[in-house]
Amino acid sequence: MSDTQTFLLDGEEVPFAPGQTVIQAALAAGRYIPHLCYHPEFKPHGSCKVCTVRADGRTAAACTLPAQAGLAVESETEELKELRHTLVQMLFAEGNHFCPSCEQSGNCMLQALGYELGVMTAGFRHFFPIRPVDASHPDILLDFNRCILCELCVRASCEVDDKCVFALSGRGIGKHLIVNAESGRLADTEVALSDKSLQVCPVGVILRKRVGFAVPIGQRKYDLRPIRATALESAPRGPQAPGPCPSCEEGS
Amino acid sequence: MSADLETADHPERLRRVAIEPLSRVEGHGKVTLLLDEDDRVRQARLHIVEFRGFEKFVQGRPYWEVPVMVQRLCGICPVSHHLAASKALDQVVGADRLTPTADKARRLMHYGQILQSHALHFFHLAAPDLLFGFDSEPARRNIVGVAAEHPDVARRGVLLRRFGQEVIRLTAGKRVHGTGSVPGGVNRSLTREERDALLADIYPVVAWCLEAVELARRLFEQNLELYNEFGRFRTHALCLIRADGALDLYHGGLRARTLDGATLFDHADTNRYWDHIYEEVKPWSYMKFPFLRALGPEAGWYRVGPLTRVTQCDFIPTPLAERARQAFLAFDAGRAAGATLGTHWARMIEMLHAAEAIKDLLHDDDLSGAELTVAGERRSRGVGVLEAPRGTLIHHYRVDEDDMVVRANLIVSTTHNNQAMNEAIRAVARKYLDGRKLTEGLLNHIEVAIRAFDPCLSCATHAVGKMPLAVELLDAEGERIDALARDGRGAC
Repeated sequence: MSDTQTFLLDGEEVPFAPGQTVIQAALAAGRYIPHLCYHPEFKPHGSCKVCTVRADGRTAAACTLPAQAGLAVESETEELKELRHTLVQMLFAEGNHFCPSCEQSGNCMLQALGYELGVMTAGFRHFFPIRPVDASHPDILLDFNRCILCELCVRASCEVDDKCVFALSGRGIGKHLIVNAESGRLADTEVALSDKSLQVCPVGVILRKRVGFAVPIGQRKYDLRPIRATALESAPRGPQAPGPCPSCEEGS
Repeated sequence: MSADLETADHPERLRRVAIEPLSRVEGHGKVTLLLDEDDRVRQARLHIVEFRGFEKFVQGRPYWEVPVMVQRLCGICPVSHHLAASKALDQVVGADRLTPTADKARRLMHYGQILQSHALHFFHLAAPDLLFGFDSEPARRNIVGVAAEHPDVARRGVLLRRFGQEVIRLTAGKRVHGTGSVPGGVNRSLTREERDALLADIYPVVAWCLEAVELARRLFEQNLELYNEFGRFRTHALCLIRADGALDLYHGGLRARTLDGATLFDHADTNRYWDHIYEEVKPWSYMKFPFLRALGPEAGWYRVGPLTRVTQCDFIPTPLAERARQAFLAFDAGRAAGATLGTHWARMIEMLHAAEAIKDLLHDDDLSGAELTVAGERRSRGVGVLEAPRGTLIHHYRVDEDDMVVRANLIVSTTHNNQAMNEAIRAVARKYLDGRKLTEGLLNHIEVAIRAFDPCLSCATHAVGKMPLAVELLDAEGERIDALARDGRGAC
C-alpha cells in the first residue's frame, strides 16, 4: 500500500507498522540485526546492547527504538560491527564458557553469535569467576557459569509462569542471577519442567538433567542454520503490528 | 634389571644431562642423565612433568558432561577416554547391558581409534627411526624424509589413518572430540549408506594392514640382534582379556602374569581394580607409579600395551591377526615377543585385528538399529576399563545424589608404563651411552626406547622434524660445559 510508512536501514527502505520497534520491522522485512537479549515473545529489554544501531546520528538499541517514518538507521557499519564484536568478546571473558563440554553447544545463541560476528578469541583476560552450580533440583540444573544476564528467564518466570523463580541481584560488575527462595536453592522453588523460563535461556544456564548430548553434533539448531537465518525464519513476516505480549495481556 | 640407575649415591658429584623437551610426549616430558667424570651413566630418569588436572576439573560437574569433557585429555586417543568414561557412567545410570546397536557402534568407534592411532604411530612417529636408523641424519629422520624415500609407506600411513578417522567421524560425529557415546549408549547409529561407504574401503585397508605387519616383521628380521636387545627388560604384564581368553580391546576382565609367566590373577573384576593395582608417588615425577599389590611397589611394576596384549591373550578372534600373532610368537624362538622393539610388530598385528573387526561389524545390521540407550537403577559409582591403543585405561567416578561428580580417578596407559619406560631407557643408557661422548644420535636412542611405548600425547610436531631439542651438559656447579641443540628444522 502506498501509505505504508518506512524508515531507512543502511540506505534501504524498511516498511513498518505503528508500534513496531526497529528490530521487529527489520527482522520482519528479512533484514538481520544481531541481537541476544531480544526475544520476539517478550517486551523489549535493551540490556545486552548487541543490537545497537546508529539512528539519525545517535546510538540506540534497535530492540527498544520505535520505528519512525524517515528515520535513517545504520547497522552494518564497521564501527557498529566492531562494537558488537567487542560486546560479545566481553561476555565470553566475563563468564566461564567452555563450549567443548557444554550441552548447549550448537544450540547456544552466544556461541552462534560469536561465529556470526567472527569472534575468534575472547580478546580480554578471562575473569574465571567462581560460580558454583545449583544441582539441588531433581530434574533441573542451573549452571551460573554461563549466565549473560539477559533476564529472559526472569521475564519468562514472572510474566508467563507467574512464579518469579529467578531474579538479578547485585549491582554493576557484581550483578548476578539468583534463585528466588529463602535458601537460594532451586529445589525450594515452584519451578517445573514445563515452565516457559526453562525454554528461553539463550545459553546453557538452565538445563534439563540427564539429557546431555542426546542430539549429535551436526544436528543441532545452529549446526543446521546459522543464527542469521534462524532469527529471520522465526520473525513474523510483513509490517504487521506486534501481537500483544503475554504480560500486557495478563495486565501485569 | 637396572633399578640401580634410578637414584645415584652421590648426585651432587655428577654431571647432569637433560633431554628436554622430550619429543612425542607433547614437550612435557624430559629425561635426565647423571654422568660421572668418566662419562659413566649413574642415574637415568624419565620425568613426565605435565599436569593434567582432569580428575579435578570434573568434580562438581554433571556426570553426563564427563565423556565429552575428559576426552580433551588427548588429541590422539580422545575416543579411548570418551568410551572409558561412558563405560563408567553406564554403571551410574544402571545400563548394565547396552543395546546391540550401542555396543557395536561403540566397538566400531573404538576399533577406528585403534586403527588410526596405531597407523599414526608406526608410519609417522616410529617409521623415521626404523627405516633410516636411530642415529641416521636427523634432517631426513622424519615423516618428510619417509615420504621422499618411501612414498608408498608414507601414503599407506596417511590412508590408513584417514580410514580410521572416518570410522570415528561416522560414529562420534567428528574426527576428533565427538559426542557419539553417552551414558547408557550412543546418540546415533550408522545408516546403510554410511556403512556401505566404509565397506567400499575396508578391503584395501585390511590388505594394507597385512602389508604393515609384514613390514614390521621385515624390519625386525633385518636388524635382528639390535631389535632383540635394544632396551630389553623383563617385566610383569597386565591387560584386559575376554571371558574365553581372547584379545578384547573394549571389554573384559583383568589378567596379570609375572615375568616368569605365572598367572597372578585372571578375569579379575575391573570394578574392583584397586584390589590388584595400587599407585605409588615418587618425588621426582608428576606421574604416579602403579604396581601390582601382590608383588609390592619395588617388584610389582608391569607393562601394558600392544606387546603385552598380543603375547598374553590366548588368541585373537580374527583370523588374519591370529595367524600374524602365531608367527610373531614363534619368530626367533619367541625372542621378538619379549623385545621392547617387538612392540612395533605387535602394534601392527593389533591394527590388522582392528581392521578385520571393523569389516565384520560393518556387515552387521545391528549397527543401523534404532534402540540407542538404556537405563536402569541409578548408582553412585562407576568404573570403566578398556584397552586404549597404548594400554589399559581405567576411569573411575563417584557421583552424588544431585548428579554431580564428586570424585574421579583416571589411570591412563602411559602411567601404567611409567616404570617400564624408565627401565627401557636405563637399559639403553647403560648399553649405548655409558662412557661415550654424547651425540644427537646417541640421545635419540633414548627417545627410540620411549617411542616403542608410544606414550600418550605423542607430539606430532616432532613427526615432521620440527621439535626443537636442547641438551645441555652441566658440571656440578651448574655451569654449562657442553650443549647440543636441534633447531626447528631438525638440523643440529
